[in-house]
Amino acid sequence: MIEFVRNARLWFAPEEIRREGGTPDYRFSLANERTFLAWLRTALALVGGGFAVDQFLPDLRWGWRVGLALALLAAGVLCSLRAVNHWVRCERAMRRGDDLPVSRFPALLSLVVAVVAVAMVLVVLVGWEG
Amino acid sequence: MSADADAGPADPGRDPGLQPERTRLAWRRTTLSGTVVAVLAAKTALHGGATPATIVAGTLCCALWLTFLRIAHGRIRTLASAHRPRALTPPYATAATLCTVALAVCGAFLVF
Repeated sequence: MIEFVRNARLWFAPEEIRREGGTPDYRFSLANERTFLAWLRTALALVGGGFAVDQFLPDLRWGWRVGLALALLAAGVLCSLRAVNHWVRCERAMRRGDDLPVSRFPALLSLVVAVVAVAMVLVVLVGWEG
Repeated sequence: MSADADAGPADPGRDPGLQPERTRLAWRRTTLSGTVVAVLAAKTALHGGATPATIVAGTLCCALWLTFLRIAHGRIRTLASAHRPRALTPPYATAATLCTVALAVCGAFLVF
């Protein structure tokens, strides 16, 4: 968490990153950029999922519907913040010649998505009966 | 960095892996995802009796989408301007992220 806050300073400071190490091959930087964009799309998909739950499951009870929608929106926020943080860490590691940072986030996100999917199946089944 | 040597005789300046083009398309895909979210946000804002507050939030979502489009367009211009484009800078990445976060916040307001 402290590491996250320390990195957050770098999000706004282009010259601070450029001061460290050497410029890597532009192709590596572009690959890092595309990975960042892929995570951003994942975040946007989660946000869109939040809207979709609210709009396309009108028969659900209010609490379930809003709860699931807010959970998906929150996951989208987390995912996008993590996207920029991971991009900064990778960019810095490439400049310094370090190993690329590892992350628990993909595993965590897939678990959350699986849990939400199971919850959706249950909610839809129960919602249809009740 | 042997792009010039690998590119072949057809176009000596072209990156054989088409990295700038792929990155440009990644920005386009991401903008498209943002468009879907903005349309869903507008639908949520207008659904079931629009109040002034939901209209403001919906308009804000559209403005955020326009901001994202602008960021993407700026980056695409940079990618197209050179054979070896400069790396993405933190303000661009942070601005794109903040647009996504703000969309989610507007969404939370609309849904609640």
